[in-house]
Amino acid sequence: MSVLIYIDHTDGHIKKSSFEALTYGADVAKQLGVPAHGLLLGTVSTPLTELGKYGINTVHHVANEAFNTLDAQVHTQAIADAVQQAGATVVVFSQNQTGKAVAPRLSARLKAGLVAGAIALPDTSNGFTVKKSVFSGKAIAKVSVNTAIKIISINPNSYKTVATEGTATVNNLAITPAAATTKLVSVNKVTGDVPLTEAEVVVSGGRGLKGPENWGILLDLAQVLGAATACSRPVGDAHWRPHHEHVGQTGVQIAPNLYIAIGISGAIQHLAGVNRSKVIVVINKDPEAPFFKAADYGIVGDAFEVLPKLTEEIKKLKGVA
Amino acid sequence: MKILVCVSKTPDTTSKIAFKNGNTQFEDAGVQWIINPYDEWYALVRAIELKEADASVAVHLITVAGADAEPIIRKALALGGDEAVRINIDSNDSYTIAYQIAEYAKTGGYDLIFTGKETIDYNGSAIGGMVAELTNSAYVSLATKFDIAGGQATVTREIEGGEETVTTQLPLVVSCAKGVAEQRIPNMRGIMAARTKPLKTVEPFAVDALTTVAEYELPPAKTGVKLVPADNVAELVKLLHEEAKAI
Ligand SMILES: Cc1cc2nc3c(=O)[nH]c(=O)nc-3n(C[C@H](O)[C@H](O)[C@H](O)COP(=O)(O)OP(=O)(O)OC[C@H]3O[C@@H](n4cnc5c(N)ncnc54)[C@H](O)[C@@H]3O)c2cc1C
Ligand SMILES: Nc1ncnc2c1ncn2[C@@H]1O[C@H](COP(=O)(O)O)[C@@H](O)[C@H]1O
Repeated sequence: MSVLIYIDHTDGHIKKSSFEALTYGADVAKQLGVPAHGLLLGTVSTPLTELGKYGINTVHHVANEAFNTLDAQVHTQAIADAVQQAGATVVVFSQNQTGKAVAPRLSARLKAGLVAGAIALPDTSNGFTVKKSVFSGKAIAKVSVNTAIKIISINPNSYKTVATEGTATVNNLAITPAAATTKLVSVNKVTGDVPLTEAEVVVSGGRGLKGPENWGILLDLAQVLGAATACSRPVGDAHWRPHHEHVGQTGVQIAPNLYIAIGISGAIQHLAGVNRSKVIVVINKDPEAPFFKAADYGIVGDAFEVLPKLTEEIKKLKGVA
Repeated sequence: MKILVCVSKTPDTTSKIAFKNGNTQFEDAGVQWIINPYDEWYALVRAIELKEADASVAVHLITVAGADAEPIIRKALALGGDEAVRINIDSNDSYTIAYQIAEYAKTGGYDLIFTGKETIDYNGSAIGGMVAELTNSAYVSLATKFDIAGGQATVTREIEGGEETVTTQLPLVVSCAKGVAEQRIPNMRGIMAARTKPLKTVEPFAVDALTTVAEYELPPAKTGVKLVPADNVAELVKLLHEEAKAI
C-alpha cells in the first residue's frame, strides 16, 4: 500500500501545481500510515532526489523522452502500470491540464473512483470522503470513494506547498510507452507570463478601464506584485486582451491567494470563475457594484487615480524604487 | 462520418444553490435548467458546422438524465443535429454517466465524440477522458480549435500559459472549450424542425457507481467587505500585508 503522486512537468521544469500535489499526497500518506511515492514520466533538469523535501521517500522514474509530450492514452497506460508496480492504493494528480486529460482515463481503466477538483485532505474516519468544489465554487460536495484504489485530483492553489529536509530514492521503472495516438505539431506559449491558473496573485481588469490603451497602469501593478493578469469576458471578446486571460464561468477558473478586480462589475458569471480566491480586492467607482458583496477589501474610486497610487505604495512596501 | 455530442443539463448560473434531504441532494425545485454552456456553445456548434460543410456527416446528441432534461435536449436539437437519445438515469457519479455514453456509442460506431470542457455544476472535466478510455479512443482535452481532413484531426488545446496543436487519429474524443466555435442562437426554423426530430429514451446500462456524494455544504459566507477611502491607498496595502497576509 502506498500513495502515488503524479509529477507533471513542462520544458524540463516540474510544475508548481505538482509541488502542491506532492505535499498533499505526502500528507494523505501520513494520515493513512503508508509511504508516499512520486511518479515522473519523461525527463526534467531538477535532480529527483531533491523531491524528498516534499515528504516523499521514493520517486519512480521512467526516463523516456517520449513522455515529454502529453498523449492521454500513452500516459494513462504507463501510469496504470506504475500504480500496479508500486502497489498504490491512492493516486494523486493536480487538477491541471494534464490531470484533466489523464486522471479520468486512469479512473475508467482501473475502475478506481475519482474525486476531480478536491480541495482538502480525505476524511478517513468513516470510509474515504474527499471534499470538492461544485456549482462553480458556490458549494462543496463531500464525495465518498467506494473502490479499493482511489484517485484524487487536487485543485491548483488549494493546498499549500511545504518544503523541508529530505532526500528521495530514485527507482527507475521499466515501462515502454505504447504507440502514440497524438503527434505534436506546434507549441505557442506566452513567454514571460505567470500562467494564470498557477499564479498566487492575479490582477484583473474589466470594461471600466475603457480601452486596451489604458492597460499600462494595470500591467505596472501586476509587475510589482509578480502577478498574472486576467480580464472579464467583454474585455476578451473585444480583443482588448488575449482571450485566454478571460476568467469566469465560460473562461478560466482560478483560485489565487489574492485577486484584484479593477473596473469589473462582478456579474455572477464572472464570480463563478474567481470566487474561490482567498482574498478578493475590488476597485470600482460605483459603490453599488455587485462585486463589493463578494469582496474582502474594496476601494470606491476611479481606477485611473487609484491604480498608480497602489503601485507606488506596494513598491514602497517591497522596497523597490 | 458520425459525431456524437454529449449534452448535459445544468442549473442556470443565477439559480440559488440549496440542498435537501439532510443536505444529501440538490434542491431542484424552481431551478431553471439550461444546456451546459460548453456543450451548447462549443461542442454542439462545432459538430453542426462540420455537418454544414459536409452533408454526409451525421450529428447525434446524447444526454444522461431524467425526463426533466427533455426541454434541454429539444433546445439542443433546435440548434442542429439529426436525432437525440436520453439515457434515463440521474447520476452524479462521473463513471456511471461515462459508462452510459460509452456503451451507447459502441452501438453506433461513432468516429468522433464531443463533450464540453466541464459541467458548470459538477465541474469534473472527467466525462470525456472516461468515455475515451471506455471506447478505446484517442483523447484531446480542453480543445480551443478543431479541424478534420482525410480521417485525421488537427486539434489545438490549452496548456499552462499557452496552447499547443496536435494531430490525432480517429476514433477520437474531444472536450471543447472556448474558441472551438462561436455561440449560436436557435432560430424559428430550427425550433420548428426540432419538434419532429427523433428523441428516443433508452433505459440505463447496468453499472456500479465508483463514487457517491455523501453530503453537500455551502462555503463559509464572506464576512463583508472592508472599504478603504480612495485617498488612503496606503491603508489598503497595510491591510493586505499585515491582516490578510496576501502580499
Ligand atoms: C451565459 C453567460 C456567461 C458569461 N460568462 C462570463 C465569464 O466567464 N466571465 C465574465 O467576466 N463575464 C461573463 N459573462 C458576462 C457577464 O454577465 C458580464 O456582462 C461581464 O462580466 C461584465 O464585464 P465587466 O464587469 O468588465 O463590464 P461592466 O459590467 O460594464 O462593468 C464595468 C464596471 O467598471 C466600473 N467602472 C467604470 N469606470 C470605472 C473607473 N474609471 N474606475 C473604476 N471602475 C470603473 C463600473 O462601475 C462597472 O461596475 C457571461 C454572461 C452570460 C450571459
Ligand atoms: N449527464 C450527462 N449527459 C451527457 N453528457 C454529459 C453529462 N454530464 C457531463 N456530460 C458531458 O461531459 C462534459 C464534462 O462533464 P464533467 O466531467 O461533469 O465536467 C460535459 O461538458 C458534457 O459534454
